[in-house]
Order: sequence, then structure tokens, then C-alpha cells
Amino acid sequence: MPIPHGTAATGVADSSANRSADGEGDVALVAEGLVRAFGARKAVNDVSLRLSDGECLALFGPNGAGKTTLLRLLGGLLRPTRGRTTLHGTLLPGPSATRRLVGLISHHAMLYPALTVRENVRFAAECQGVIDADAATTRVLQQLRVLDRAETAVRYLSRGLQQRVSISRALVHGPRLVLLDEPYTGLDEVGALVFTEALRELKASGATLVLITHNLTEGLMMGDRAAIMQDGRIVHEERAENGGFDLPRFQALYRNLVHEAIA
Amino acid sequence: MTDPATTAHRAPAFLADAWRIARKDLLIEFRTRSAFLAATVFAVLAVAIFRFTWDPTAIPAMDLAPGVLWVIFTFSGLLGLNRSFSLELAERAYDGLLASQVARESIFVGKVLANFVFVSAIQALAIPAVALFFGLEIGGAWGVLIGIVLLAALGLSAVGTLFAAIAANTRLAELLLPMMTLPFFVPLVIPAAQASSVVLRGLPLSSAMEWFKLLLAFDLMFVSACIVVFPFTIEE
Repeated sequence: MPIPHGTAATGVADSSANRSADGEGDVALVAEGLVRAFGARKAVNDVSLRLSDGECLALFGPNGAGKTTLLRLLGGLLRPTRGRTTLHGTLLPGPSATRRLVGLISHHAMLYPALTVRENVRFAAECQGVIDADAATTRVLQQLRVLDRAETAVRYLSRGLQQRVSISRALVHGPRLVLLDEPYTGLDEVGALVFTEALRELKASGATLVLITHNLTEGLMMGDRAAIMQDGRIVHEERAENGGFDLPRFQALYRNLVHEAIA
Repeated sequence: MTDPATTAHRAPAFLADAWRIARKDLLIEFRTRSAFLAATVFAVLAVAIFRFTWDPTAIPAMDLAPGVLWVIFTFSGLLGLNRSFSLELAERAYDGLLASQVARESIFVGKVLANFVFVSAIQALAIPAVALFFGLEIGGAWGVLIGIVLLAALGLSAVGTLFAAIAANTRLAELLLPMMTLPFFVPLVIPAAQASSVVLRGLPLSSAMEWFKLLLAFDLMFVSACIVVFPFTIEE
């Protein structure tokens, strides 16, 4: 049975409606021939991507495949050895103001434990130049259902709540491109549901998402496209068809590709 | 969710962003007090050890006290500098900061500002402690002495922050930082110690002018060079 991807499942207008006939609508993110070498080893080797507004790419692959390095390249946190990334025509990494187009969520909390929830998120909002940082902070904390803990120091929160605050921090400035590296790590069921809902709203608002996860089910649920990385290269890529992905087929394909490479 | 299309943003503001980062670092230090307490204990212990091993009949207090003061200044400062980036890396909050629109130079200036306040605060405790333990009559020299300390603290904070950023990503950061920074502290500590010696002896200020100029020159050189170099330390 096909797994419906996020927008179709919630009834939010499918972003594919905005795309041109060839499926490549308003192209938001373009990565061309990205290579990132650490010494002699190429962590990312000739990766090219095109993602539209409101589109989500679910990226899978074994540990060490180069997924996180690719994410850091797309976010402008790393300079590529070769190749280029543009977001809405702006080269990344570019002038500092272009970085506010990007939101980064990782399995690290990326928070200051001694500061309160509100202080952490407001600091992120201010650093991203949000003019009404207080209002934006309250709004995003309410959305992620952590407003009642706003005045609690982050170090007193559970791992799952910290992750929700971390997500609030990354989304408070309304990024156009959201990069998610194992964002579900540490989230309980409620936290995962709240987060998934937030991602769907973000997609509906036109943001482009790149989601790295080891969980094929949650990745395919959210993604409009799915790709598998192996040894720094994208070895398989496909689009959701007929409202979703065929999970058993994709699982089998993933095992074949990854296990074949390991063997 | 904060809508990308409707969220109003301002352009990056160099000094406002730097101040925001400094304020955040100082707030964290105020809440945890870990580096400040360690540096204060070190300063008091150092003064006490120097005092009880000092033979007043062999070395006059005026000869020894400036040296003690600048030893405390140098090593207590290192404690704060180490913390400056370790608090960013503990939960990888630094990635969030680097992914923001804040200019790399603003991050550096903010960190320097926070370290400057930290080092100056330690000195605000250390100078009276040295004066008390060594029976110094500082009298009207307070103003000049504070000026010397602030100038030295600026240079030390700039160099120390740069090397703390470099060392932070290494496994032996706490060992590496003193090894990298101490040679660069020498050009700051020598004129500062000489100028403070002149001031504490009650000699005319004009005889310390050359040391002041030297200290100022190193400050300008270190601060500007470190601002230029810092963005290159971030790239992996």
C-alpha cells in the first residue's frame, strides 16, 4: 500500500500544483556538481539537486554516506571543494543576510542549556534579524507546544522537549529552506506528531525541506521525493507517485543498494 | 508557524549583533559562574602563595607586585577564554549561530567584548587583593592603573578569543590554548607590567608613556588582525 506523503495526507494543497509540466516548477534550491573533499576522501562526490518551493526531499543512506556533509553544503555552513548551490538564485554561502533563508535542525539540540526556552529562541530570532522577535518567539513556541515551559532553563527539559525547542529555534525566522538532520531523534509520539504537523504547515507556506532520516516510514511520509546516498553519491532518486511511495518496494530497494555496497 | 513570506527582517547590524552575542555569553556566565569562580579562586590563591613565599627583606613589594598582578591577569584570563567557545560547542549551538545572518566578524567582536568584561572583572578583584597582601599604597594611581588593565585586557581578549576559536575544535583545547596564546600575550604583558610598575612607584606618568604607546600599538594590531583572520578559522 502506498505511503501518502505529507501534503496529500493532510489535505493541504499539493505543492506539485505549482510546478510546470515537467515537474520542475518554481525551482528554489539548485545544487550543481557538489564535491566536498576532506583530504583525499570525497565525503560528497558530484551531487546535483533541484528542489521546488514547498517540496520535501527525504534523504536516506547508511552512516558515513555523506548526508550530513551534503546538508551542511546546502546550508552554506561548508564551502564546496567544487560545484555550487543557489537558493532562489542566491549563491550559498553568500552574503550574511542570505543565511536567514535557511533553517537548520539537527539531532544536536543547538541550544544554550543555561538559558531559558524563551531566551534561546528569542536569541535565534534576533540573530536572524526578525524585527518583532518577542512575538515570533511566542508564536513558534505555541506552535510547537512548549510555550508553557518558556521560562524554564533548557537544561531542566527532557531530551524530547529540548528537541522541540531546537525546532522552534530553527523555524522562528520563517526560513525558505529547512535542513533537517535526524530531527525525530529523542521525540516522543506527541512530539513527533506536533513536529510533523509543523513541517507540513511549513511546506504549505512554500518552504523547501531536505530531511535526513534513517526511518524510511517517516521520511517517505513527509517527502515528495526520496533519494538514497551511498559513498558520497546519490545512487537512487524517485518522486512520489499516485499520492505516495510504495514502502515495501522502497525498503527492498534500499536494502539491496546499501547491502550490496557494503558487501 | 512563522511564515517565510510575512516575517519582517532587518539587515545585519555589526555592533548590535556583537553586543547581542556578548550579552548572551555574559548572561550564561552570570547564571553558571563556573569560569568566574574558578578564576577568582585562582587569583586569590596565587596572591596568597606569592605573599607567603615572599621575603620582604630580599625584594621590595614594588618590585614584586606588578609581576604578581600580571601573572594573575594572564592565567585567570585563560580560564574565561577557554569557556568562550566550549559553551558554544557543548550542544553545537555554534552551528546555529554560524547559520544565522550575523557576520563572522560580529561573532568575534561579541566574544571579545564578553571576554574583555570577564578579564576586567577578575582584575577588579585581583588589584585590591594584591594591594592588600603586599601593602601597596595605590592612592591616586587607581585611574591610570585601571587604564593600563583595560588596554591590556583588550589585547589579551582579542588574541585569546581568536586562539580559543581555533583550539575549541581540537581534543586538547585546554592544553593547546595556553601554548598558542602565551607567546602572543608577552608583547602585551611586558609594557603593561612596566607601565604599572612606574605608576605604582609614584613616578611621573611621562616616564610610562613609551610603554603606553607600545601597549596601544599592540592592541590596535592584534584587534584588527584578529578580526580579519577570525572568519578563516571557522571553515572546516
